[in-house]
Amino acid sequence: MNWESLTAFIEMGGYGTYVWGSFAVTIVCFALEVVGLSVRHQHVLHERNAHHHEEST
Amino acid sequence: MSDIRWYKFSSPQTFYPLAGTLAPWFGVAAALFAGYGLYISFFLAPTDFQQGEAYRIIFIHVPAAWMSMFLYLIMAGWAAIGLAWHTRLSSMMAVAIAPTGALMTFIALWTGALWGKPMWGAWWVWDARLTSELILLFLYLGFMFLHAAIDDPRRADRAAAVIAIVGAINVPIIYFSVKWWNTLHQGASVSLTRSPTMASTMLWGMLIMSIAFWLYAIAVVLIRVRCVILERERNADWVKQLGADA
Repeated sequence: MNWESLTAFIEMGGYGTYVWGSFAVTIVCFALEVVGLSVRHQHVLHERNAHHHEEST
Repeated sequence: MSDIRWYKFSSPQTFYPLAGTLAPWFGVAAALFAGYGLYISFFLAPTDFQQGEAYRIIFIHVPAAWMSMFLYLIMAGWAAIGLAWHTRLSSMMAVAIAPTGALMTFIALWTGALWGKPMWGAWWVWDARLTSELILLFLYLGFMFLHAAIDDPRRADRAAAVIAIVGAINVPIIYFSVKWWNTLHQGASVSLTRSPTMASTMLWGMLIMSIAFWLYAIAVVLIRVRCVILERERNADWVKQLGADA
Protein backbone atom coordinates (compact mmCIF):
# COMPACT_ATOMS: atom_id res chain seq x y z
CA MET A 1 0.00 0.00 0.00
CA ASN A 2 1.49 3.29 -1.11
CA TRP A 3 -0.67 5.86 0.64
CA GLU A 4 -0.93 6.80 4.28
CA SER A 5 -4.05 8.90 3.82
CA LEU A 6 -6.52 10.13 1.24
CA THR A 7 -4.80 13.52 1.29
CA ALA A 8 -1.47 11.90 0.47
CA PHE A 9 -3.15 10.06 -2.39
CA ILE A 10 -4.61 13.29 -3.79
CA GLU A 11 -1.37 15.23 -3.36
CA MET A 12 0.71 12.59 -5.18
CA GLY A 13 3.89 13.70 -3.45
CA GLY A 14 3.42 17.26 -4.71
CA TYR A 15 2.67 16.19 -8.30
CA GLY A 16 -1.11 15.97 -7.88
CA THR A 17 -1.92 18.59 -10.53
CA TYR A 18 0.18 16.82 -13.15
CA VAL A 19 -0.86 13.26 -12.34
CA TRP A 20 -4.59 13.96 -11.92
CA GLY A 21 -4.54 16.43 -14.80
CA SER A 22 -3.30 13.59 -17.00
CA PHE A 23 -5.68 10.90 -15.80
CA ALA A 24 -8.75 13.16 -15.62
CA VAL A 25 -8.34 14.56 -19.14
CA THR A 26 -7.79 11.05 -20.54
CA ILE A 27 -10.95 9.73 -18.88
CA VAL A 28 -12.97 12.77 -20.02
CA CYS A 29 -11.70 12.29 -23.62
CA PHE A 30 -12.77 8.64 -23.65
CA ALA A 31 -16.14 9.42 -22.06
CA LEU A 32 -16.83 12.18 -24.61
CA GLU A 33 -15.85 9.89 -27.48
CA VAL A 34 -18.22 7.14 -26.32
CA VAL A 35 -21.12 9.55 -25.67
CA GLY A 36 -20.50 11.34 -28.97
CA LEU A 37 -20.58 8.06 -30.89
CA SER A 38 -23.76 6.95 -29.21
CA VAL A 39 -25.44 10.26 -30.12
CA ARG A 40 -24.13 9.96 -33.69
CA HIS A 41 -25.48 6.43 -34.05
CA GLN A 42 -28.92 7.40 -32.75
CA HIS A 43 -28.92 10.44 -35.02
CA VAL A 44 -28.15 8.40 -38.14
CA LEU A 45 -30.84 5.86 -37.36
CA HIS A 46 -33.34 8.63 -36.64
CA GLU A 47 -32.50 10.50 -39.86
CA ARG A 48 -32.92 7.33 -41.84
CA ASN A 49 -36.29 6.61 -40.20
CA ALA A 50 -37.49 10.15 -40.88
CA HIS A 51 -36.32 9.89 -44.49
CA HIS A 52 -37.95 6.51 -44.91
CA HIS A 53 -41.18 7.78 -43.42
CA GLU A 54 -41.22 10.75 -45.81
CA GLU A 55 -40.77 8.44 -48.78
CA SER A 56 -43.57 6.12 -47.79
CA THR A 57 -46.18 8.86 -47.35
CA MET B 1 -10.60 -23.07 -42.21
CA SER B 2 -11.61 -22.98 -45.86
CA ASP B 3 -15.23 -23.36 -44.76
CA ILE B 4 -15.18 -19.91 -43.22
CA ARG B 5 -15.98 -17.43 -45.92
CA TRP B 6 -13.99 -14.47 -44.64
CA TYR B 7 -14.80 -12.34 -47.67
CA LYS B 8 -18.40 -12.46 -46.52
CA PHE B 9 -17.48 -10.07 -43.71
CA SER B 10 -16.01 -7.59 -46.14
CA SER B 11 -19.52 -6.52 -47.07
CA PRO B 12 -20.77 -3.59 -44.94
CA GLN B 13 -24.16 -5.28 -44.66
CA THR B 14 -22.73 -8.37 -42.93
CA PHE B 15 -20.12 -6.49 -40.95
CA TYR B 16 -22.63 -4.04 -39.45
CA PRO B 17 -24.37 -6.56 -37.15
CA LEU B 18 -21.10 -8.39 -36.44
CA ALA B 19 -19.47 -5.15 -35.25
CA GLY B 20 -22.55 -4.45 -33.16
CA THR B 21 -22.23 -7.83 -31.45
CA LEU B 22 -18.48 -7.55 -30.84
CA ALA B 23 -18.24 -3.92 -29.65
CA PRO B 24 -19.85 -4.38 -26.19
CA TRP B 25 -17.57 -7.34 -25.40
CA PHE B 26 -14.48 -5.33 -26.23
CA GLY B 27 -15.90 -2.44 -24.19
CA VAL B 28 -16.46 -4.59 -21.12
CA ALA B 29 -13.03 -6.21 -21.45
CA ALA B 30 -11.47 -2.75 -21.79
CA ALA B 31 -13.18 -1.59 -18.58
CA LEU B 32 -11.97 -4.68 -16.67
CA PHE B 33 -8.39 -4.28 -17.85
CA ALA B 34 -8.49 -0.53 -17.15
CA GLY B 35 -9.76 -1.18 -13.62
CA TYR B 36 -6.98 -3.65 -12.92
CA GLY B 37 -4.43 -1.42 -14.67
CA LEU B 38 -5.42 1.60 -12.59
CA TYR B 39 -5.20 -0.48 -9.43
CA ILE B 40 -1.63 -1.46 -10.32
CA SER B 41 -0.83 2.13 -11.38
CA PHE B 42 -1.80 3.67 -8.06
CA PHE B 43 -1.69 0.94 -5.42
CA LEU B 44 0.82 -1.71 -6.41
CA ALA B 45 3.46 0.18 -8.37
CA PRO B 46 6.07 1.68 -6.02
CA THR B 47 7.16 5.32 -5.95
CA ASP B 48 9.96 5.99 -8.45
CA PHE B 49 13.22 6.83 -6.73
CA GLN B 50 14.05 9.58 -9.24
CA GLN B 51 10.72 10.98 -10.33
CA GLY B 52 8.60 10.45 -7.22
CA GLU B 53 4.89 10.05 -7.94
CA ALA B 54 4.99 12.06 -11.18
CA TYR B 55 6.15 9.00 -13.10
CA ARG B 56 2.66 7.46 -12.68
CA ILE B 57 1.68 9.43 -15.78
CA ILE B 58 3.59 6.73 -17.68
CA PHE B 59 0.64 4.35 -17.21
CA ILE B 60 -1.43 6.36 -19.68
CA HIS B 61 1.27 8.24 -21.56
CA VAL B 62 3.03 5.20 -23.00
CA PRO B 63 -0.13 3.22 -23.92
CA ALA B 64 -1.60 6.34 -25.60
CA ALA B 65 1.63 6.99 -27.50
CA TRP B 66 1.87 3.35 -28.64
CA MET B 67 -1.77 3.38 -29.75
CA SER B 68 -1.28 6.64 -31.64
CA MET B 69 1.38 4.92 -33.76
CA PHE B 70 -0.29 1.50 -34.08
CA LEU B 71 -3.63 3.02 -35.07
CA TYR B 72 -1.94 5.15 -37.71
CA LEU B 73 -0.33 2.12 -39.32
CA ILE B 74 -3.59 0.16 -39.21
CA MET B 75 -5.48 3.15 -40.64
CA ALA B 76 -2.92 3.53 -43.44
CA GLY B 77 -3.09 -0.23 -44.09
CA TRP B 78 -6.89 -0.22 -44.48
CA ALA B 79 -6.72 2.95 -46.59
CA ALA B 80 -4.13 1.30 -48.87
CA ILE B 81 -6.24 -1.85 -49.25
CA GLY B 82 -9.27 0.30 -50.07
CA LEU B 83 -7.22 2.24 -52.62
CA ALA B 84 -5.80 -0.86 -54.28
CA TRP B 85 -8.83 -3.15 -54.34
CA HIS B 86 -11.71 -0.66 -54.11
CA THR B 87 -13.13 -2.48 -51.12
CA ARG B 88 -15.64 -0.14 -49.50
CA LEU B 89 -15.41 -1.53 -46.00
CA SER B 90 -11.61 -1.13 -45.87
CA SER B 91 -11.89 2.59 -46.56
CA MET B 92 -14.67 2.88 -43.99
CA MET B 93 -12.39 1.23 -41.43
CA ALA B 94 -9.69 3.82 -42.13
CA VAL B 95 -12.22 6.62 -41.68
CA ALA B 96 -13.45 5.03 -38.43
CA ILE B 97 -9.94 4.70 -36.99
CA ALA B 98 -8.74 8.27 -37.66
CA PRO B 99 -10.60 10.14 -34.85
CA THR B 100 -9.56 7.59 -32.22
CA GLY B 101 -5.98 7.76 -33.47
CA ALA B 102 -6.07 11.54 -33.27
CA LEU B 103 -7.47 11.33 -29.74
CA MET B 104 -4.70 8.94 -28.65
CA THR B 105 -2.12 11.32 -30.14
CA PHE B 106 -3.67 14.24 -28.28
CA ILE B 107 -3.61 12.26 -25.00
CA ALA B 108 0.04 11.31 -25.57
CA LEU B 109 0.92 14.98 -26.14
CA TRP B 110 -1.21 16.25 -23.26
CA THR B 111 0.11 13.77 -20.69
CA GLY B 112 3.61 14.34 -22.06
CA ALA B 113 3.28 18.07 -21.40
CA LEU B 114 2.04 17.43 -17.86
CA TRP B 115 4.97 15.10 -17.29
CA GLY B 116 7.52 17.35 -18.98
CA LYS B 117 6.68 20.39 -16.88
CA PRO B 118 7.71 18.94 -13.48
CA MET B 119 10.58 16.82 -14.89
CA TRP B 120 12.13 19.04 -17.56
CA GLY B 121 10.75 22.38 -16.43
CA ALA B 122 8.96 22.88 -19.75
CA TRP B 123 5.51 21.96 -21.08
CA TRP B 124 6.90 21.65 -24.56
CA VAL B 125 10.26 21.48 -26.31
CA TRP B 126 10.83 21.28 -30.06
CA ASP B 127 12.78 18.06 -29.93
CA ALA B 128 12.53 15.22 -32.44
CA ARG B 129 10.21 12.94 -30.46
CA LEU B 130 7.71 15.64 -29.52
CA THR B 131 7.75 17.34 -32.89
CA SER B 132 7.23 14.10 -34.86
CA GLU B 133 4.35 13.16 -32.55
CA LEU B 134 2.79 16.59 -33.18
CA ILE B 135 3.16 15.96 -36.93
CA LEU B 136 1.29 12.68 -36.38
CA LEU B 137 -1.62 14.65 -34.92
CA PHE B 138 -1.62 16.91 -37.99
CA LEU B 139 -1.56 13.86 -40.29
CA TYR B 140 -4.63 12.43 -38.57
CA LEU B 141 -6.40 15.80 -38.75
CA GLY B 142 -5.32 16.26 -42.38
CA PHE B 143 -6.75 12.83 -43.23
CA MET B 144 -10.04 13.65 -41.50
CA PHE B 145 -10.45 17.16 -42.91
CA LEU B 146 -9.53 16.18 -46.45
CA HIS B 147 -11.98 13.30 -46.30
CA ALA B 148 -14.71 15.58 -44.98
CA ALA B 149 -13.99 18.23 -47.60
CA ILE B 150 -14.73 15.97 -50.59
CA ASP B 151 -18.42 15.29 -51.15
CA ASP B 152 -18.16 12.02 -53.06
CA PRO B 153 -17.15 9.44 -50.40
CA ARG B 154 -15.31 7.15 -52.82
CA ARG B 155 -13.20 10.04 -54.15
CA ALA B 156 -12.64 11.20 -50.56
CA ASP B 157 -11.44 7.69 -49.67
CA ARG B 158 -8.87 7.72 -52.45
CA ALA B 159 -7.55 11.22 -51.76
CA ALA B 160 -7.32 10.69 -48.01
CA ALA B 161 -5.66 7.28 -48.53
CA VAL B 162 -2.75 9.03 -50.24
CA ILE B 163 -2.16 11.24 -47.16
CA ALA B 164 -2.45 8.21 -44.88
CA ILE B 165 0.06 6.16 -46.89
CA VAL B 166 2.62 8.94 -47.38
CA GLY B 167 2.30 9.94 -43.73
CA ALA B 168 3.11 6.41 -42.55
CA ILE B 169 6.81 7.26 -42.98
CA ASN B 170 6.42 9.48 -39.91
CA VAL B 171 5.72 6.50 -37.62
CA PRO B 172 9.21 4.95 -37.72
CA ILE B 173 10.58 8.48 -37.41
CA ILE B 174 8.66 8.93 -34.14
CA TYR B 175 9.70 5.54 -32.86
CA PHE B 176 13.40 5.86 -33.62
CA SER B 177 13.64 9.60 -32.97
CA VAL B 178 15.06 9.02 -29.50
CA LYS B 179 17.88 6.97 -31.04
CA TRP B 180 18.57 9.02 -34.16
CA TRP B 181 18.66 12.42 -32.54
CA ASN B 182 19.78 13.78 -29.24
CA THR B 183 16.48 14.37 -27.57
CA LEU B 184 15.30 15.39 -24.15
CA HIS B 185 12.78 12.57 -24.26
CA GLN B 186 13.94 9.38 -22.60
CA GLY B 187 14.62 6.23 -24.64
CA ALA B 188 12.20 3.37 -25.21
CA SER B 189 10.70 2.07 -21.97
CA VAL B 190 10.31 -1.43 -23.32
CA SER B 191 12.61 -3.16 -25.77
CA LEU B 192 12.69 -6.68 -27.14
CA THR B 193 16.45 -6.78 -27.26
CA ARG B 194 17.29 -5.97 -23.66
CA SER B 195 15.78 -6.48 -20.26
CA PRO B 196 13.39 -3.77 -19.07
CA THR B 197 14.89 -0.83 -17.23
CA MET B 198 11.99 -0.50 -14.83
CA ALA B 199 10.54 -2.40 -11.88
CA SER B 200 8.45 -5.35 -13.01
CA THR B 201 5.27 -4.03 -11.33
CA MET B 202 5.61 -0.81 -13.30
CA LEU B 203 6.14 -2.75 -16.52
CA TRP B 204 3.21 -5.02 -15.73
CA GLY B 205 0.93 -2.04 -15.05
CA MET B 206 1.95 -0.43 -18.32
CA LEU B 207 1.24 -3.60 -20.29
CA ILE B 208 -2.18 -4.10 -18.65
CA MET B 209 -3.07 -0.47 -19.41
CA SER B 210 -1.89 -0.95 -23.00
CA ILE B 211 -4.20 -3.94 -23.39
CA ALA B 212 -7.04 -1.80 -21.97
CA PHE B 213 -6.26 0.93 -24.53
CA TRP B 214 -6.21 -1.64 -27.35
CA LEU B 215 -9.56 -3.09 -26.32
CA TYR B 216 -11.06 0.39 -25.91
CA ALA B 217 -9.80 1.43 -29.35
CA ILE B 218 -11.24 -1.71 -30.97
CA ALA B 219 -14.62 -1.14 -29.27
CA VAL B 220 -14.97 2.51 -30.33
CA VAL B 221 -13.71 1.85 -33.86
CA LEU B 222 -16.33 -0.89 -34.26
CA ILE B 223 -19.03 1.49 -33.03
CA ARG B 224 -17.81 4.27 -35.31
CA VAL B 225 -17.59 2.04 -38.37
CA ARG B 226 -21.25 1.16 -37.77
CA CYS B 227 -22.09 4.87 -37.91
CA VAL B 228 -20.03 5.31 -41.07
CA ILE B 229 -21.71 2.30 -42.71
CA LEU B 230 -25.19 3.67 -41.93
CA GLU B 231 -24.31 7.18 -43.09
CA ARG B 232 -22.97 5.93 -46.40
CA GLU B 233 -25.51 3.24 -47.13
CA ARG B 234 -28.58 5.02 -45.85
CA ASN B 235 -30.37 4.52 -49.15
CA ALA B 236 -29.67 0.80 -49.33
CA ASP B 237 -32.63 -1.51 -48.78
CA TRP B 238 -30.99 -3.41 -45.93
CA VAL B 239 -30.49 -0.17 -44.00
CA LYS B 240 -34.11 0.84 -44.53
CA GLN B 241 -35.20 -2.51 -43.16
CA LEU B 242 -33.17 -2.21 -39.94
CA GLY B 243 -35.21 -1.74 -36.77
CA ALA B 244 -35.21 1.58 -34.93
CA ASP B 245 -32.86 0.24 -32.26
CA ALA B 246 -30.43 -1.53 -34.63
